[in-house]
Amino acid sequence: MADFNRGHRKGDRSNLPERPAGCCAPIAPVPFSAKRPSYLRVLLIFARNSLVRDMTFRGNFLIEMISSMAWIFMNLGFYILVFQHTPQLGDVNNWGEYSFAWGKYEFFLFLSTTLLINSLVQTLFMANASEFSEMIRTGTLDFALLKPIDTQFLISLQRIQWSSLGNFGVGLGLAVYSLVRIGRVPTPWQVLLFALFVACGVAIMYSLMIALAATSIWLGRNQSLYNFWFYITNFSRYPMEIYHGAYGTPLRLFFTFIIPVLVVVNVPARFLVRPLVPQTPGDLLLPVFAVAATLASLAGSRWVFNRSLLGYRSASS
Amino acid sequence: MYARPAIWWTILRISLEERLVYRGDFALGTLMRFLPILTQVFLWWAVFTAASSGGAVDQTRIVGYSYHDFVAYYLLTMISRAFSSMPGLASGIARDIRDGTVKKYLIQPIDMLSFLLLNRMGHKLVYYTVAALPFALVFFLCRGFFPGGWPEPQIMAAYVASLLMAFLLGFFLEATIGMIGFWFLEVSSLLFVYMLFNFFFSGHMFPLDMLPGYWSTVVKVIPLQYLAYFPAAVFLGKVQGPELVVGLCIQLAWVVFFIALSRVAFRRGVRRYSGYGG
Repeated sequence: MADFNRGHRKGDRSNLPERPAGCCAPIAPVPFSAKRPSYLRVLLIFARNSLVRDMTFRGNFLIEMISSMAWIFMNLGFYILVFQHTPQLGDVNNWGEYSFAWGKYEFFLFLSTTLLINSLVQTLFMANASEFSEMIRTGTLDFALLKPIDTQFLISLQRIQWSSLGNFGVGLGLAVYSLVRIGRVPTPWQVLLFALFVACGVAIMYSLMIALAATSIWLGRNQSLYNFWFYITNFSRYPMEIYHGAYGTPLRLFFTFIIPVLVVVNVPARFLVRPLVPQTPGDLLLPVFAVAATLASLAGSRWVFNRSLLGYRSASS
Repeated sequence: MYARPAIWWTILRISLEERLVYRGDFALGTLMRFLPILTQVFLWWAVFTAASSGGAVDQTRIVGYSYHDFVAYYLLTMISRAFSSMPGLASGIARDIRDGTVKKYLIQPIDMLSFLLLNRMGHKLVYYTVAALPFALVFFLCRGFFPGGWPEPQIMAAYVASLLMAFLLGFFLEATIGMIGFWFLEVSSLLFVYMLFNFFFSGHMFPLDMLPGYWSTVVKVIPLQYLAYFPAAVFLGKVQGPELVVGLCIQLAWVVFFIALSRVAFRRGVRRYSGYGG
């Protein structure tokens, strides 16, 4: 079972000081009197601090990067094995009008899209979401609530996990390699739309993750967060056409319209493997729906987040 | 010596009670664990419809497996893994060594490996009791993937034997890896590498028969295949006759080997061990 999400986190570094001494000196502090903090500047400080922290343990950083890349290569090995026994995934004759048979390198393009999205989610949000659950459990969320900045912004981005960007590199490499093997150069429009919908995919995944993490305010113990996350996103990893038939179609509809994880990878990946001009109504409607789903999930997760904060009782204080 | 069984019974009972605390969470978690198989069901259907190229999917075989065999295989590896996976065993031993908790086994009249083994058995027994229902439900729903029904009694006996040995092999293999903590304080990256290989080469990810020539020799030589692939293959009748007997014997040999190795590692390790503080 392909397993891109379960990036492991090695070495608990939560007991380190928030900011290594002196690391923030060159960047001017945000004026206290300012009514609205500069979010971009705060984000840059977060990114910088995280990088400084990662570079403090360079060996660990390298091991993390290499081991999660090894995971990817093992998965890649599995798909190479699969494609030794079949020329493509699925049978267009059976699949109806929206269908598309994924050949080996088309599927690898799909896979690289998965990699790009997942590595971005891991880099930006994964550590933060699990930290959030921990903050709720231990009561340190108090400090986040007191800071004069949007709490969701602070919670979601304060720790950036740079080592996960290794997979992003693998994803890019795989995409380029697959495009070369297919023998197609994407137009600038294709690349632009691809990037846009990758961003939408990241936003949907983020919304799902932060909403799941927020539920730990109500549930207290949240060990199964990662498992749940892994099992849900597991459905996003394959072309949506494979969910077909008496059981598959309801499943596809559920994971497209109720929990929109199927559009996360499928929509951007299609921009690379199919012609840009819509061939079927589905080609046009699905991206439009993906944008709507992105906005709806962001709004929904914001709502869940704020609702859950109302239920926060500050453990042990 | 007469007190031994009483001690064992106590340890086992404590572990049972410890585990029953979260039974609801447990049953739900077990059901969820089958979700990835759902995607495999659809993925392999897509593979088989493409591979049959218009012909009958039922007649198509990939490395000797029909579509039903593939799904049945994935379901059966879930059972194998329920026996052979030891979450937190190696990392727990390594942690005990690092923070000095291992001392308690050195001063109490308990043997660490036996204690941990009984502890695991307790946990596993509870796991099977609680997980029996979700497992039965899933297998009932998926009974269509087992067109052959139950295998013959002797195959069944061999299957149960291979599962029990998978449990022992999983335990002593992981315990041995945990003992490396006596020599290296930080074993988490080593454990990750082990986990990676385990996932791939135990056959959890795909039937090992799919591997081409050179690789299939490698996986036949290393013991990992007995943790997931071998029991499932026995159940599906992929390993039969003399091959089955030889397979079981090799599995047994690996179990004995790792029992011995873990003992030696423990004895050598304790000699090296120095506890500070506490």
